[in-house]
Amino acid sequence: MDSGIEQPRQMNVQEITTATDTRDILARETAYQKAKGFRDWTIIDVDAHHSEMASWKEVVRHLEDPILLHYAEEFQGRTGGAPGLSNHMPGLRYQDIGGRIRHQQKLAEPVPESDEHRDVTLVRRSMEAMGIDYQVLFPGNMLQLGTHPQPNVEAQLALAYNRFVCERILPADERIKSLLYLPLAEPDMCLRIIREFADHPSVMGFMVTSVRFKPVHHNSYIPIYRELEERGLPLAFHAGPNWSDDYMKQLDRFISMHAISFVLCSLVHLTNWIVHGLPERFPKLKTIWIESGLAWIPFLMQRLDSAYMMRQSEAPLLKKLPSEYMQDMFYTCQPIETSNMALTEAALKAMKAETQLLYASDWPHWDFNPPSTIYDLPFLDEQAKRNILGENAAKLFGLDVNRARAA
Amino acid sequence: MTDIFVGNEDEFKDRGRKVIAHGDLEIGVFRLDGGFYAYENRCPHQGGPVCQGRVLNRVMEVLGEDKTSQGLKWAEEDVHIVCPWHGFEFNIKTGRHPGAKGVRLRPYDVKVKDGEVYVVV
Repeated sequence: MDSGIEQPRQMNVQEITTATDTRDILARETAYQKAKGFRDWTIIDVDAHHSEMASWKEVVRHLEDPILLHYAEEFQGRTGGAPGLSNHMPGLRYQDIGGRIRHQQKLAEPVPESDEHRDVTLVRRSMEAMGIDYQVLFPGNMLQLGTHPQPNVEAQLALAYNRFVCERILPADERIKSLLYLPLAEPDMCLRIIREFADHPSVMGFMVTSVRFKPVHHNSYIPIYRELEERGLPLAFHAGPNWSDDYMKQLDRFISMHAISFVLCSLVHLTNWIVHGLPERFPKLKTIWIESGLAWIPFLMQRLDSAYMMRQSEAPLLKKLPSEYMQDMFYTCQPIETSNMALTEAALKAMKAETQLLYASDWPHWDFNPPSTIYDLPFLDEQAKRNILGENAAKLFGLDVNRARAA
Repeated sequence: MTDIFVGNEDEFKDRGRKVIAHGDLEIGVFRLDGGFYAYENRCPHQGGPVCQGRVLNRVMEVLGEDKTSQGLKWAEEDVHIVCPWHGFEFNIKTGRHPGAKGVRLRPYDVKVKDGEVYVVV
C-alpha cells in the first residue's frame, strides 16, 4: 500500500564526466565513512598520483642539461604522441577502458585561478573526499622511464621532476608527501638526488620504478642502498605496466598485460633482493613494495622457501627463510584482490599485515581503492584496520597525524 | 511503501536516466526500449556511484563456425550501465553483471501513472 508521494532531491551530477569535481566522483566514499564512523581515523595514502604530463612544460623547465632542455622545448609544439623526451607507452591509453572510467581518462574539472598549482587543488580534493590525513604522491607516465633507451634522459628527467615537485607541489601543503624518483640506471645521479632532497621535510624516502631490466642487486647500486640505510630513509619499488618485453607481447588485451606485468616486475626484483642477500647487507634499510596487489606475496613466500631449502648454496648470504625476510618488508594494498575472501585473509596473515601492510589508494587510476576497501575486510579487528589504514605508515615515516589535522 | 516522484515520462530519452536522492538513499532510474528500470546508486563491488556512469552496449566476441575468433562487436540488444569508479558493467534491464553470476544491482520497482514516473521504496 502506498502511504504517500514524496519529492526527492535531484542529484547534482547525473553522469560523471571528465569535468566532474573529484569530490563529487568520490562522494559515496565520503558518505560511507560518515555512516560507518571511521572518517576520523588516521588514514595515510602511500600511493597516489598526479599527471605530471599535464605540467610537462613546467617539469622540463627544470632540466639543467641545456641540450635536453632545447629538445624538450622544441618538442612542445609537435602534434601526436607524448611530450618529447618521455617514453610514454601508447598502450596506456587503454587504462580508462575506452572512456568508461572518466577519472582515469582525465581530471578536467574546473579549478579556481590562483597561485596554487592545479595539482595541489586536485590532490586536496581527493584527500578531503577520502578522509586522508597524508598522501604520498607519485608521477604517472614517468613510471615507464626505467626502460628509456637513453639512461641520461631518465637521469635528467628524474632530477628535473624532483625539483619541480619539491618546489611547486610539496611546499603548498605539508600533508602532501613524496618518495622521490631515483633513476637507477645512473647511480651517480641517484646519490646526487638523495643528497639534494633527503632533508626536504616532505620527502619520506625514495622510489625506484620497477619496470626496468637491470637486476636490483647489481654492485653499482650498492652505494645507493648504503646511503639510504645510513640516512634511515625507506626505499620503495613501484611496479608498473610493461607491454614491451617478449612475454608481455603475447598478452594482446590490456586486462591480461596489466594483471601480469605489475606482479612480474615485483616478483623479479624482490627475488633478486632476497636471494642476493640485500636484507642481510642492509638490515636497517626498509623496503616498500608498491602496487602489485597482495595475492603474489604468499605465492612468492612459499615458492622461494621451498626452493631455498633445497638450494641454500645459491643464496649463501641468507640466515633465515625468504618468507621471514619478506615479513620484515612493507607492502601497499592496492589493487587488493577480494573475489575470494579466504585467500585474501591468508595473504594478509602471511605478510603480517597488522604491522607491514600500508593503505594505498592509487587515485586517480582506474583500479583505485578507497579506504573503505580496508574498513570492509570482514576478518580484521578494528586495531588491524587502523594500523593498515594509517598507523603503520605513520610509524614508518615518522608522521604526526595531529599536525596534519591542524594544517 | 512510498512512491517517490522521479519526473515526467517525456523527460526521459531512450537510454536516458535520472539519479535522485531520498534521504541517504540514491537511486538511478533508466529508460530503455520504452521500459523503466531503477537501481540503488551503489555498486556491489566497492560502493561506487554506478548509476552515474556511462551507458554503453555490451561488447561481444564473434566466433566463426570453426571457433576462430572473428573479433569484437557491440551487442545490439544488451545495454549496460558502467560503474564510473572501476568499470563494473550491469545489464540495465536485469541489473546483473554479464559475466559474474550473483553480482547484481539492488533493484526498485518503477510505476508510471498519468505520464509521471515513480520509484517505489
